[in-house]
Amino acid sequence: MKTQHKLCDGKFSVEMEVTGSGEPLLFLHGAGGLTGADPFLEDLGRGFKVYAPHLPGYGESTGGEHLDDVIDAALFYHELMDELKIPSANLVGHSMGGMLAAEVAALDTRRAKKLVLVGPAGFWIEDHPIPDIFATDLDDLPAMLFHDPKSALAQMMMAMPWDDLALLTAMYVERTRRFSMASKFLWPIPDRGLKKRSYRIAAPTLLVWGESDKVIPPVYAREFISRIRNCRLRTIKQAGHMVMYEQPAEFYKVVSEFLKS
Amino acid sequence: MKFTWFHLMPYRNLPEDFKQKYHSVWVDIPRNLYDPKVGHRLYNDYLDQLEFADHMGFDGLGVNEHHQNAYGLMPSPNLMAAALTRRTRNANLVVLGNSIALYNPPIRVAEEFAMLDVISGGRLVAGFPVGTSMDTNFCYGEVPATIREKYFEAHDLILRAWKEQDVFSFNGKYTKLRYVNLWPKPLQQPHPPVWIPGGGSVETWDFVADHDYQYSFLSYFGYKAGKKVADGYWNVMSKKGKELNPYSLGFAQVVAVAETDEQAERDYAPHMDYFYNRCLHVYPGFADAPGYRTPSTIKAGLTGQVGKQASLIREGLTWKNFINDGYVIAGSPATVRDRLREALKSLNCGHLMILQQIGSMPPELMRKSTELFAREVMPHLRDLWSGSEDKWSPKRLPADQIAMPAPLSFEPPRTNGKTHGPGAPEIRSSVK
Repeated sequence: MKTQHKLCDGKFSVEMEVTGSGEPLLFLHGAGGLTGADPFLEDLGRGFKVYAPHLPGYGESTGGEHLDDVIDAALFYHELMDELKIPSANLVGHSMGGMLAAEVAALDTRRAKKLVLVGPAGFWIEDHPIPDIFATDLDDLPAMLFHDPKSALAQMMMAMPWDDLALLTAMYVERTRRFSMASKFLWPIPDRGLKKRSYRIAAPTLLVWGESDKVIPPVYAREFISRIRNCRLRTIKQAGHMVMYEQPAEFYKVVSEFLKS
Repeated sequence: MKFTWFHLMPYRNLPEDFKQKYHSVWVDIPRNLYDPKVGHRLYNDYLDQLEFADHMGFDGLGVNEHHQNAYGLMPSPNLMAAALTRRTRNANLVVLGNSIALYNPPIRVAEEFAMLDVISGGRLVAGFPVGTSMDTNFCYGEVPATIREKYFEAHDLILRAWKEQDVFSFNGKYTKLRYVNLWPKPLQQPHPPVWIPGGGSVETWDFVADHDYQYSFLSYFGYKAGKKVADGYWNVMSKKGKELNPYSLGFAQVVAVAETDEQAERDYAPHMDYFYNRCLHVYPGFADAPGYRTPSTIKAGLTGQVGKQASLIREGLTWKNFINDGYVIAGSPATVRDRLREALKSLNCGHLMILQQIGSMPPELMRKSTELFAREVMPHLRDLWSGSEDKWSPKRLPADQIAMPAPLSFEPPRTNGKTHGPGAPEIRSSVK
């Protein structure tokens, strides 16, 4: 089900996917945004009431001009939780969304009941530079995002309507909107102060990493583990950065076990 | 009609197989391809060439800013303009320009432009480009989503710094200054003419129109492709009720003149090929960071000059394509005269940025092309737009107030009969 919300006297208009029932779970999407076919949300809905908002600049959500940095984005999510009357929730964030979920939890320690960070951004290791997704050619993206870029899933998710110029332009405009918002948090290097604030994260934290993640390699787990007091790692085999699309069953098992424990 | 002789200052020694073997001419081009001894000769050659253009009677000398690339070796065009202030007399210094969002604080640009204007006796044209995505987002790390906002703020600060008579405070989003007090201030009052170089972003037209600036479309696709952009610009001007004054539009065009059309192809074809296939070999992922161009520009279908589409368009192009598609206007003086007149009239353009040293072109060819143009083409086009007033050229000091550099008379110059000293590295043209 889709819902629409106005925040901050109309500064933001938020489109949100809502599914399932149970304890509240807020999902924060990555730089690419939700795809419109995100079965892992339905899976999570079996045990939780899942709220998956589109960040301004994504989907029908607007007000991106009021977000300049990760602090603004974290406060945006705080506002949204107030609007939804869920002062505290399980926070699950993927990639850029993982970085923002960690910021939400660090800025106000009461917001996160539990925290799940899936292939999260937020740090920079000199010896393991994160590839420049903004400069990556569309043809090279599948190999970067997926464990198996030749799989039917990868092919389907990365399909481009090369022979339909109008649709192609529309997709290009949409990608520009999304990535230009993401660039405020990730450009040119996604180290935006989380290392100063992560010590405040009090919620039990689970890191979920696709074993062959080439966007944010699993070596980045050590940055989170060394800074967050209650933090453990679960690595999922045969999965890359798009782990919850590539191994949905294992992803659901790992996340729901942690949240219900 | 006014003519600015524009130099890109390319690196001339890229290897033959550059396009096949290397990722990009911009951003991550290997540093080992740059030989500073060759660079020493190139800068001095290129400054000689600009001085020659001054001598040949061009109205302006054009320089611009690019970073981390072999396409144009001017991270700081102001340094080149400073060198030119001392050894040129007549031409305006068209610095097109400084990417003002990159300077922190941007007041630095206001200061340096004021210095250039004062040193040159009021010959400066101040250009404010946003800058290419390669330069601004990838080389200088600016966030694509906010670069335009930062650019507009920098513009407001610079213009205010030039115009205000008293110390003021500036509380911007990107720059905060408690004391703004420009010393020196520009010689031209209230400020030097402002030209806005653009690559076809639709927002730029509104900005130019609202400030009565000059818009310079810097394209390498030539006048035929440029028509779409020029029409878009004039359309905005006309909607805003502005005068359609041809001097408010500048246009860059590659021009090469020889004795005959056939000789022009023999002389210049390899250097055009070098330019289009090596100097513009930009990795598509660096051409257009997401957010660098606004949705309205993308929807207007105005594609950039570098990047995937641009490369595909240029794939396999020969001299004939370059000529027929208008990328290059080349041939005998008569041919160039006719085509250029047609081009300028169709664009309604009063300021031509003429590119005559291009790619790997050696100094002797550049000299021939420039001299033929100055003697046999330029005078025949001067009459264009004689009914319009050029409000966008500098207003310099009267001749009797211009300070002249003292002659170098400290010791007799050492000469050994050669143009260049021993040990000067040979500049080879890698295409024959």
